[in-house]
Amino acid sequence: MSFPSSSSSDSVISVVDLVCEFGPVKALDGVSLQVPRGSVFGLVGVNGAGKTTLIKHALGLLKPQAGEVKTLGMNPVVESIEVLKRIGYLSEKRDLASWMRVDELVRFTKAFYEGWDDGYVESLLERFQLRREAKVKTLSQGQLAKTALMIALAYHPELLILDEPSSGLDPIVRREILEAILRTIGEEGRTVFFSSHLLDEIERVCDFVAIVDRGKVMATGRMGELKERYRLVTVKVPQDVSVNGVSGLVKSSGEESQFLLERNGTAGTALSEELSQLKAELVEEDTPSFDEIFAGLSGSAREG
Amino acid sequence: MRLRILTDSGVPIYFQIVSQVKSLIASGTLSAGEELPAIRSLAERLVVNPNTVARAYLELERAGCVVKRRGAGTYVAENSPILSRAQRLRRLNGVVDDLLAQGRQQGFDDDEILEAVKKRCGNGHVNGGKR
Repeated sequence: MSFPSSSSSDSVISVVDLVCEFGPVKALDGVSLQVPRGSVFGLVGVNGAGKTTLIKHALGLLKPQAGEVKTLGMNPVVESIEVLKRIGYLSEKRDLASWMRVDELVRFTKAFYEGWDDGYVESLLERFQLRREAKVKTLSQGQLAKTALMIALAYHPELLILDEPSSGLDPIVRREILEAILRTIGEEGRTVFFSSHLLDEIERVCDFVAIVDRGKVMATGRMGELKERYRLVTVKVPQDVSVNGVSGLVKSSGEESQFLLERNGTAGTALSEELSQLKAELVEEDTPSFDEIFAGLSGSAREG
Repeated sequence: MRLRILTDSGVPIYFQIVSQVKSLIASGTLSAGEELPAIRSLAERLVVNPNTVARAYLELERAGCVVKRRGAGTYVAENSPILSRAQRLRRLNGVVDDLLAQGRQQGFDDDEILEAVKKRCGNGHVNGGKR
C-alpha cells in the first residue's frame, strides 16, 4: 500500500486564498488547502465554521469571489459537467427525490452517469439492508444517508465528497458509513474529502486533516503529524502575570493554567527558563490529544 | 486478535496498534507463525484508515516482531523476542524508572506506587491510554 503524497502537483482539490462573503459575514477568509490524490481528507470545524461553503466551492456550486479553486485539475465553475460526473457527492441535506422509490431513484440517477455499476448497487443495497420498494420519503435518517451514499458510490467516482456524512445518525449506521468510506479508498487512487464535527471519526479515518474555524484554516497536515506539532503544557502562574509572550503559544484552552504550544518536540528546559523569567512555573507537558488541539485552535468546545 | 483503539488520547493510533500487538505477542496470545489479519480487514474492523494499519505493520516488521511473506500476508516472527532476557530486563527497568519518577512527582510514596501496580495486575488491565 502506498502512502498518499502531499505535493501540490498531485492534488485532487487545490484551494488558494479563497474568500467568500455573505453580506457582512466572511464565510471563508483566505482559505488555502491541498487534498492529495488517494487520501482521506477530513475537514473539521464547529457548525458555521465554513465547511459546507468550502465544499460548495470545490463542487463549483459557488464561484470564488477571490482566490482560486481547482478540482481534478479543472475550474469546477467553468467545467462543471466534466467535474461533477467524476465526483460522488453526499450533501448535508441528503436531497433526494422524496416521491420516488429507492429502485426508481437508482434508475433515474443511472441515466446521468457513465460507468454506473449495477452489480455494485446490488451489493450495496444488500449490505445496507435497503428495500427497493421503499419510498424515499418514508426512509429513516439512517436509511436516507445510506441511500444517498449508495447513489454517490454507484459509478466509482474518483473523488468522493461527503458533507457531514454521519451527522444525526446512530452509532451503528455511522460505523456502516465509515466502513464504506474506508472500503472506497481501498480501490486504487480514490480520494475522499469529507467534513465532520465529530473528532473521533476524523482521527480514525483521515490521512490528512484541516481544522477550520470562522472561515480560516487554523492548521492542516497529516493526521499523524499534527500531534507532534503541538505540546500541551500546564503551568503555575502567579496572579497578574500573563504568559502571552511565551513563544509558540496558541491560546489558553479555557483553564487558565493550561496552554497549547506550537512546538516540535519537547519544550522542556527552554520553556522552563522562558516561564521562570515571567515568574511562572512549568508543572507538566504532554502530547495533546486531537480534541485538545482542536479546542485550542478553534476556541470552541467539543460538540456532541 | 482483539485490539482497542482510543481516540482522544495523546497516543497516535498506529502506535496503539504497535504496542497492543507487541503485548499480545509477549503474553503469548499471538504465537510465533500466526498470521495477522490483512491490513484492509483490520482497518475495517477497527474503523481506522488502512494507511494507519499499514504504518503499524511496518513498524512491527522493523522491530522484528512480524515478518511479511511475499503475497502471503503478515506473520508473527518465529523468534519474536529477539532480545535476550538481559536486554529485555534492561528495557523493563527503564519503564519502571519512568513509572517511579512520575509517581513520585505526583506525590506518591513507593509503597503506594507498588500497591497501584499490584492493583492493575489484578485487574488484568493492559494498555490504557496515556492519561
